[in-house]
Amino acid sequence: MKSFKVLGSGCKNCITTAKLIEDKAKTLGVAVEIEKVTDIAAIMGFGVMSTPGVVLDGKVVHAGGIPQPDKVETWLRS
Amino acid sequence: MFAIFTRLADLVAFSLLGLTAESKLGDAVHFFVEDVTKIFVLLTVIVFAVGMLRTVMTPERMRKMLAGRRKAPAYGLAGLLGAVTPFCSCSAVPLFIGLLEANVPMGVTMTFLITSPMVNEVAVVMLAALLGWKITALYFVTGITVGILGGLAIDALGMERFVEDYVWKIRMGQVVEVAVDHSLRGRIAYGWQQVREIIGRVWLYVLIGIGIGAGLHGYVPQEFFARIAGPSNPFAVPFAVLAGIPLYSNAAGMIPIVEALLAKGLPVGTVLALMMSITAISLPELMILRKVLKVPMLAFFAAYLAVAFICVGYLFNFVLG
Repeated sequence: MKSFKVLGSGCKNCITTAKLIEDKAKTLGVAVEIEKVTDIAAIMGFGVMSTPGVVLDGKVVHAGGIPQPDKVETWLRS
Repeated sequence: MFAIFTRLADLVAFSLLGLTAESKLGDAVHFFVEDVTKIFVLLTVIVFAVGMLRTVMTPERMRKMLAGRRKAPAYGLAGLLGAVTPFCSCSAVPLFIGLLEANVPMGVTMTFLITSPMVNEVAVVMLAALLGWKITALYFVTGITVGILGGLAIDALGMERFVEDYVWKIRMGQVVEVAVDHSLRGRIAYGWQQVREIIGRVWLYVLIGIGIGAGLHGYVPQEFFARIAGPSNPFAVPFAVLAGIPLYSNAAGMIPIVEALLAKGLPVGTVLALMMSITAISLPELMILRKVLKVPMLAFFAAYLAVAFICVGYLFNFVLG
């Protein structure tokens, strides 16, 4: 089970990012748990200034925009 | 350079739809078609080019540039950075916190926040293409000046006390650098992503702006504006600014309206004051900033900008009038 956190204040890009991970996980048959972190203090606590950011198993793997689909695949396969 | 869009509009409005250039509808349709094609083509090109450049200029990098800088140069730099980095209001809060956390003075941070929505590459290139470099230069210089003076005033008044307490408690630790693909292919991909994202966000404002512009162009008689907002009415400038406060549009959406109003003979200062007021002060923006700023500070922010835009309007009308 991979645990993802999508960091962002609830703007459209953050929703798109969460959906992208969800869809890719379904296609690849990987079990994931996706949490949306909207609290700004928590987001900044991860050291992320540009949202959306993505945290995988406690580590920031992406910041500043919707991630590329092949990048998402790499996370899911890792 | 833009004759092709005029010809395209001729073709659609007069040949295809059979309207005449003298009719109100023909005039409005022509304006609409010309501006829709012209503005969207321009917007795509600008956003793509700047998107490629933006792989160099991330907010994280900007934070580093502003951190630990002496006060005087920092204000100028913040104003210029505000001009080259447009951000959507949803990144205003993280940026605000990120800058304060890096010990960037409050005034410098506010200079950036004021300048950014008002002066950006989209506004500059479109103003230059449609209205000439003189108006563009005036807009650019006064926009940054208003931002710098606002930041200095906020600093002088010690407005740090009106920042929400939790902001000071946030500790960011190691700031995550945005992963940027520096290959040419990566930059091009990023440029396209920006085009999709930014045009996806602004197209509706632009269409509404062009629609209003076309309506003004075709249907509102010259005398109407001359009477209510012409050079002879001394209250036109404050009225334009106050009318703009509750309204919001981005710079791209404002351009066609500015174009139509200038064509109706409104003074430049009045029109630019309206544009600044609509792009820089708005209720949604204030509500987002409320997350980090207490009410007295927001009230000061809005009041300062309103007064500054009124001064800018009078100044331009006086200098150019």
